[in-house]
Amino acid sequence: MNPQASLILKLAAFVALACVPLTGESFYVEMIAKMLVMAIFAMSLDLLVGFTGLVSLGHAAYFGIAAYAAALLSPKYEAANLWVVFPAAVGLSALAAFVIGLFVLRTKGIYFIMVTLAFAQMAYFVFHDTPVGGGSDGIYLNVKPSAAIGGWEPFDLSNADHQYYFILAILLLVYLFLWRVLQSPFGRVLVGIKSNEHRMQSMGYFTFRYKLGAFTLAGALGGVAGFLYAVLFGFVTPELLSWHESGNVLLMVILGGMGNLVGAVVGAFAFEGMRGVFEGWTSHWQLLMGGVIVAVVLFLPGGLSSLPGRLRRALQGDEAK
Amino acid sequence: MDFATFLIQTLNALQYGLLLFLVASGLTLVFGIMGIINLAHGSFYMIGAYLAFVLTSATGSLVLAIVLGIPLALLFGAFLEWALFSHLYKRDHLEQVLLTYGLILVFEELRSLLVGNDVHGVAIPAFLDASIRLTEVMSYPVYRLAISVVCIVLAVALYFVIQRTRLGMMIRAGNDDRTMVEALGININMIYRVVFALGVALAALAGMLAAPISSVFPNMGGQVLIISFVIVVIGGIGSVWGALVAALIVGFADTFGKVLLPEIAGMVVYLVMAVVLLWRPEGILKKG
Amino acid sequence: MSTAKTNEILLQADKLTRRFGGLVANRDVSVTIERGMIHVLLGPNGAGKSTCINMLSGDLPPSEGTIRFMGNDITGLTAAQRSKVGIGRSYQRTNIFPQFTVLENVRLAAQSRNQQPWRIFSKAMAQQWALDKARACIAEAGLDKRTDWVAGVLSHGEQRQLEIAMVLATDAQVLLLDEPLAGMGSEESAKMVDLLKRLRATRGILLVEHDMDAVFAVADVITVMVNGEMLECGPPAQIKASVAVQQAYLGTEDSLHV
Repeated sequence: MNPQASLILKLAAFVALACVPLTGESFYVEMIAKMLVMAIFAMSLDLLVGFTGLVSLGHAAYFGIAAYAAALLSPKYEAANLWVVFPAAVGLSALAAFVIGLFVLRTKGIYFIMVTLAFAQMAYFVFHDTPVGGGSDGIYLNVKPSAAIGGWEPFDLSNADHQYYFILAILLLVYLFLWRVLQSPFGRVLVGIKSNEHRMQSMGYFTFRYKLGAFTLAGALGGVAGFLYAVLFGFVTPELLSWHESGNVLLMVILGGMGNLVGAVVGAFAFEGMRGVFEGWTSHWQLLMGGVIVAVVLFLPGGLSSLPGRLRRALQGDEAK
Repeated sequence: MDFATFLIQTLNALQYGLLLFLVASGLTLVFGIMGIINLAHGSFYMIGAYLAFVLTSATGSLVLAIVLGIPLALLFGAFLEWALFSHLYKRDHLEQVLLTYGLILVFEELRSLLVGNDVHGVAIPAFLDASIRLTEVMSYPVYRLAISVVCIVLAVALYFVIQRTRLGMMIRAGNDDRTMVEALGININMIYRVVFALGVALAALAGMLAAPISSVFPNMGGQVLIISFVIVVIGGIGSVWGALVAALIVGFADTFGKVLLPEIAGMVVYLVMAVVLLWRPEGILKKG
Repeated sequence: MSTAKTNEILLQADKLTRRFGGLVANRDVSVTIERGMIHVLLGPNGAGKSTCINMLSGDLPPSEGTIRFMGNDITGLTAAQRSKVGIGRSYQRTNIFPQFTVLENVRLAAQSRNQQPWRIFSKAMAQQWALDKARACIAEAGLDKRTDWVAGVLSHGEQRQLEIAMVLATDAQVLLLDEPLAGMGSEESAKMVDLLKRLRATRGILLVEHDMDAVFAVADVITVMVNGEMLECGPPAQIKASVAVQQAYLGTEDSLHV
């Protein structure tokens, strides 16, 4: 696809997303809002998996930590200040990612996958087993944070439409941020590390620092998604940090095609969409989801994103005959 | 902690560690020999436990259930290797993660469809349903001791298979140099199938043995899988003896963590792993 | 040593030994690399040449021995740290970023000299100094007609040239080149030999090489290794005349064609 057509398509998709609240269907507004949150989450993981080559199976930890921070840092019966609690929650996720990164980035390959999972499970136990966050029952965020600056309130998160546009705006910001980061000297090094880390080292790059930077950044952006999730649903449980969530977000990244920010967004929508459809059919929807995953790996080695190319080749093959 | 408590906790730690070894040994062999990361390994433990429940209900005896269950698990493992895992050897880890994650969802839902979501108990065989008096006020269940004995016997058997038999030689060789094994004219695909089936059977057996103690419940495989990962990380990928040492470390850390540091009991095992990562990122028994 | 002029010693490895378990891959190997000279490491397969170059580049820590670079002990430095001080290497198997363009491959190498990892908002392609340096190194390696090609589609010989360009872009004073001529046709090979001669003027080069004609065409000093030990070290004439070298090579596949 040429760059112009691609840009027009992206703009059209954005306008379509911006029009969702106009339908007035609050059910769909909330559903799409959740997809947007998951899309931010998926983009944050794509920075690691798709661009730096680090397959993390514990990314839900940073999502969950910020979600809990949103609930725990807010006063019980009044609104917290959004401009304080949002950066604080994201900062906590970044801090957790930085500290965990110091450990997990000492490993590679299969070890890295296992160790990221294990540390995420440790974070899960912090919220599941200790009274910090209400144990296995989770905790409520009773009042959504207030966006007031002094006496002026630019928007009101308890208004569903305002909240939707806030999330959409953050999605756009995160996308532009990552797009820019990937063109920076830092971003180019990450892509180099994914391609050939050993060569980067022999060219004088201390790759550990760059990977730690990417891991922390991805944790922070995962935290952005987690914070928005807590605001959207007003309720957080330890299951947000569970390894099923880490697996699901990895799935979104792969479904959309790794190393492609728009792909991560598409993957998140595809995953949540599939989940919605399957849930509508049967309570055993995970059977269908699991079956689809197994079939995709076995029969579509390049992921769903390779489907258009395959179809095109197949059609051209037919025409040639 | 008085001596009797200490003794009981030690026996518990041994039993838990040895049981984990059964699960982790298969996992580490499959990692080390085939280069496959298998998230569904915990599901085999879950399947074993449910097999024990279903077969014990049908036959009235856990021993009979285990005798029937092991061949079933072996067959199931060989089938899975043939149908799915043999397609994964040349794929990257990400695709292996993906496929085996999908398998977990399938296994859990099939379990839910076939047996339901209730928690079930499994009866301890009558001849083991007794306890040994340790002090005047404390006694220890014979069944837990029996588990430890079975696990020790299996660990010794595994040692002999790996060190003394032709299959073991191939396993060791395959672990080090795949092309050499193929050059010797050994059918590597057959080795893979046997090793995979063995891993499935060991994990399933662990589940069957644990069923009377832990009872059987949904998602019981996930917890075991992650703990097994920790064991493999601590012990070093591909090292069965590393897995044994690490499983015992984890067994003791978890058991005594619950007694001594109950507030952070769930995290003790992971803290141990973090220390090992700082000290030896390749695992304690990794060569070189 | 027969060379009359005294050159600046860049890299000096003293009695390097490397063990793998019970196996000794290198025993007491000493190598000196001087500015303006090409030092060739020669030997049959399994002689320990790769182990030696890996110890010099920092990919493998030596079990014993010291390595000095311009007088400073660098034995404990990692590969990345050695690259920083001015030691660059190319690999036996082509080791590039195949999906990047030639320019991006070399630009990344140039960027490594002024990393600024905190700059996550500026555009990499706006760093004019890195681009200029990359273009200059591409030209020096003779690849300027391929600047915008994707590296993966270059011919084998061109990929080896690209590797040299990448090493040059890291301002390396010492070039450790592992079989840069391997798998090249005679024309490509001749071009590479010319390039090496040009590069020698301002740098020190260590070459691991099998191609005998090329070795004797470019070498100022040759070290012959056998079974992990140094057999003979001296100018090409001395090596050609050496009985020990002749004997060591007789009966091996890599017999000297001289």
